[in-house]
Amino acid sequence: MSAVETSSKLDAKIPAGPIAEKWTRYRFENKLLAPNNKRKFHVIVVGSGLAGGSAAATLAEQGYKVTCFCFHDSPRRAHSVAAQGGINAAKNYQNDGDSVFRLFYDTVKGGDFRSREANVYRLAEVSSEIIDQCAAQGVPFSREYGGLLANRSFGGAQVSRTFYSRGQTGQQLLLGCYAALNRQIKSGGVTMVTRHELLDIVQVEGHARGIVTRDLKTGEISSHAANAVVLATGGYSNVFYLSTNAMGSNVTATYRAYRRGAFFANPCFTQIHPTCIPAAGDYQSKLTLMSESLRNDGRVWVPKKQGDTRKPREIPEAERDYYLERKYPSFGNLAPRDIASRAAKEACDDKRGVGPGGRGVYLDFKDAIARLGKDAVAARYGNLFDMYNRITGENPYETPFRIYPAPHYTMGGLWVDYNLMSTIPGLFVIGEANYSDHGANRLGASALMQGLADGYFVLPATIAQYLAGFKGLVSDTRPAAFREVEQDVKGRLEKLLQVGGNKSSASFHRELGQVLWDKCGMSRTEAGLKEALGKVKDLRERFWKEVRVPGRIDQLNPALEEANRVADFLHMGELMCHDALQRDESCGAHFREEHQTPDGEAKRNDQDFCYSSAWEYTGDDAVPTLNKEPLEYENVKLAVRSYK
Amino acid sequence: MDLTLNVWRQERADAPGKIVSYDVPGVDEEMSFLEMIDVLNERLIEKGEEPIAFEHDCREGICGSCSMVINGVPHGPQPETTTCQLYMRHFKDGDTIFVEPFRAKAFPVLRDLIVDRSAFDRIQQAGGYISINTGNAPDANATPVNKEASEAAIDAAQCIGCGACVASCKNASAMLFVAAKVSHLSLLPQGQPERYQRVLNMVSTMDDEGFGACTNQSECEAVCPKGISVSYISRMNRDYLRASVSTPV
Amino acid sequence: MSPLVESVVRFLRSTVGTKVLMALTGLALVGFLVAHLAGNLQMLAPGGKAPELMNAYAAQLKGLGPLLWIARIGLLGTFALHVALAIRLTALNKAARPVPYAYESTVQASWGSRTMILTGSVVILFVLFHLAHFTLGFTHPEHYALHDAQGRHDVYNMVVAGFQVPAVAVGYGLAMFVVGLHLSHGLGSLVRSLGLSNPRLRLLTQRLGVAVAILLAVGFALIPSAVQSGWIQPSTSVEGSNK
Repeated sequence: MSAVETSSKLDAKIPAGPIAEKWTRYRFENKLLAPNNKRKFHVIVVGSGLAGGSAAATLAEQGYKVTCFCFHDSPRRAHSVAAQGGINAAKNYQNDGDSVFRLFYDTVKGGDFRSREANVYRLAEVSSEIIDQCAAQGVPFSREYGGLLANRSFGGAQVSRTFYSRGQTGQQLLLGCYAALNRQIKSGGVTMVTRHELLDIVQVEGHARGIVTRDLKTGEISSHAANAVVLATGGYSNVFYLSTNAMGSNVTATYRAYRRGAFFANPCFTQIHPTCIPAAGDYQSKLTLMSESLRNDGRVWVPKKQGDTRKPREIPEAERDYYLERKYPSFGNLAPRDIASRAAKEACDDKRGVGPGGRGVYLDFKDAIARLGKDAVAARYGNLFDMYNRITGENPYETPFRIYPAPHYTMGGLWVDYNLMSTIPGLFVIGEANYSDHGANRLGASALMQGLADGYFVLPATIAQYLAGFKGLVSDTRPAAFREVEQDVKGRLEKLLQVGGNKSSASFHRELGQVLWDKCGMSRTEAGLKEALGKVKDLRERFWKEVRVPGRIDQLNPALEEANRVADFLHMGELMCHDALQRDESCGAHFREEHQTPDGEAKRNDQDFCYSSAWEYTGDDAVPTLNKEPLEYENVKLAVRSYK
Repeated sequence: MDLTLNVWRQERADAPGKIVSYDVPGVDEEMSFLEMIDVLNERLIEKGEEPIAFEHDCREGICGSCSMVINGVPHGPQPETTTCQLYMRHFKDGDTIFVEPFRAKAFPVLRDLIVDRSAFDRIQQAGGYISINTGNAPDANATPVNKEASEAAIDAAQCIGCGACVASCKNASAMLFVAAKVSHLSLLPQGQPERYQRVLNMVSTMDDEGFGACTNQSECEAVCPKGISVSYISRMNRDYLRASVSTPV
Repeated sequence: MSPLVESVVRFLRSTVGTKVLMALTGLALVGFLVAHLAGNLQMLAPGGKAPELMNAYAAQLKGLGPLLWIARIGLLGTFALHVALAIRLTALNKAARPVPYAYESTVQASWGSRTMILTGSVVILFVLFHLAHFTLGFTHPEHYALHDAQGRHDVYNMVVAGFQVPAVAVGYGLAMFVVGLHLSHGLGSLVRSLGLSNPRLRLLTQRLGVAVAILLAVGFALIPSAVQSGWIQPSTSVEGSNK
């Protein structure tokens, strides 16, 4: 249906056959490796969150020699730990009409038809196995009185398919895969290397053959070789400076891989989460997410009157605008994230926002408390209420939450084929770090699902295909390529230390974030993006003249780590703007003001833009080259995404 | 508000450290404790001094990275609150605040306020898991779990591995941490096959790492950001005793 | 190593096992204190029966012969083990925190729990004095030498005479306060160390521990107080026979 031509550099390697049989058939046709041969293959996994941890553990269980790296002191601190709400699975335990196909359909539709069908179907297919696996590992999911697993509903779906563990599903799932990882560390299957940050990847004869890391404790730069490298290094929301990501979350691993030839897909697809605690002042270091599950029982509203400064409880019912219920009667407060976020922005742009600076809307539990009782509300959301109270000093049992959207997740990431391999042979990318499954917008409770699907089930099956081509173990870091990359890495760090300006790297990061939030955030325009491109470039130049990075290279130096990450964000911001500018349509989280329906909804252009954009690096200051992967929809009908 | 911070500064693991005093004027009460240190650090960088190294990441109380002792109390004065979620509204103008790293032989200082907590990882590697390979799991609802036991397991599993229990204990004991980890798994049916070997192995590693013994003072519970109950320690002692005396035959 | 030795060694080397042993020896010592107090309270028997009851009780204990020695050795051994374990744990605990905090603070730990080693040390000193005083008769041989009309060791008058010395009575009173403080934490603590506490029993055992500690301390302190206040008088009925 699409007029878009596939770039010759992209081969998605989607297996033939009906969608429901692709994955089964693929696995059957996949080359098998004998157990004694698996020992001869060494895989480096970078990152130890849900995707990396589960991949490292499973690969080691299968017999591969695995080395897993993380920059934290412990794999358990990876940012997956912070996910609150839940994980989707097409179990249909509630008998409410759920199925693999429905989860697949919801995900494709939720992503506004910008994801690859075959990948999404596979994701929906393995979703059930994830729940089984986690329950068997001892992940303490919330349960009903009969002892069976409990479910809740989540944004963008009309069935209850979300499994959860109170308000800390991410931590419990992560502890599950951390436990599996620990078991492999104990048995020698995984060598865990903590407090090491990947600073570049190394290729030998066109294949990814290793990485260069910095030991964050001693500053030592070292090389590590393997048959394959897996990046599970998360997303880049921190490009906005203020986001719900952890302070350490960064783009360095994926950006460095991009510089070495891995294509970066859909960088402008960044999700803005609708329910975060608004910023309090310019010293704000990060934003805190309140689980979207709050929208199950809370009602979102703003005053009807502009500039209404009355206390929320003093505003009568008739003078409140429950705008999500008004605009999207069938989904109401459970409208997908991009839609809910934009609606909040609209209300605030209309000067009807509440709280400091008018950047906030109310999320009100008054009706839920009246309907269910305070105890029932506390049982469901108590920890979120407490957290809000700790941060703001306000009591949400009595006064509504104030919420505002914040950057939260990046659907964009390194381009991967059906095997989850990037355009660099031997370099695999899993979890949030890749772009594969969520299209232009991710549904709630699907990130945990994707991370674990990739790590537990998909990558361990697909990587065998690649490894089967090897004769033996790769562990040699002597090739000259390693020395060259090491020199590169050292040179860059030394350059950072030698700038000798007088501004902290954080101050540049803040400026970058402000530019991107204003021009490449919830809504974008051609003029704004062009302006941002100039500003980011200018900022990058100033950074390399004015930054001051204290300390030395050969010591534990958090300021150096931060500066190095900011330097990459300063490039990443530009790449996002290029992509957002090129994608001259609105879809999902990417909202170009030029392309909207009369009532302000995103207007897709399937004729010209039904493809994934895979950007190819051409130089630090050059405009990257666009490669297109057309998206074929054989099983779902391209439709206007409506939640009305 | 204007504050004085007395902060432990130590350049390297093997270098001597000392308390250094900093004036921090103009602190906003809506700042978090860490944001207050961010502000101080930016000022230090602009002045050409070394910023204070401290561990932090998620800043929403779940990753367990914060490792500061504030006026003698890990994570500071607010109950069930990590340092990153401690807000300056709980301090007042003119306060002098001591900020020190978690202190324990098993948690050596790496730099300033950063300590090495890898001992916790090693304890969990000794048995904090259920041995099941990916792909072997039965249907999740094939094993119902008693609701009360499940809730108690979640209570224990809420542990964020920060180590405040160790930092607060006069014996630098890790009993609350280990008890939470052991109990989370031993409360669930899935954890039964390895229940007794697990507790023996984890306690043995805990001892080898150089943590102290439990005096049952419950300071750990009082500072635990997740409010994990010391009753889990008693539960672990019970498991340990049973593991020591019982045999399958 | 045999499997038995192996498991015993592992248990004893572990901190958890050591604490269990600490709790068991503590429990045994508390058991002794209860029995000891029950014997002592005969001093307060009304109607002038106390001297006869006390001295007969003492004679009966003496009459146990080898059994008494077994009990004494067992008790001493338990006490010594309790002390030895305390020393081992203290050394281990001190080593676990080589660098102290510049700013020390306690959130809620009880006074009793924070002074266990101190109160324990005072109890050792007290026990030494107590043995020298009443069991061995080193400190006041003249009291120890008393015998009643039937030629039995006049324990009743020995105790009364002993507590008529104000310094001794005050010393015993203070010592009992210290014992009470030690037990106020020790009793609740041993329940937890033995793995017998749970969320339902926790508060109960903790309060019960404090209550028993107070009862024991007050019970023991009652006798010197009674002597000092004149409630208990020397027994004259047996006085003559001493000469």
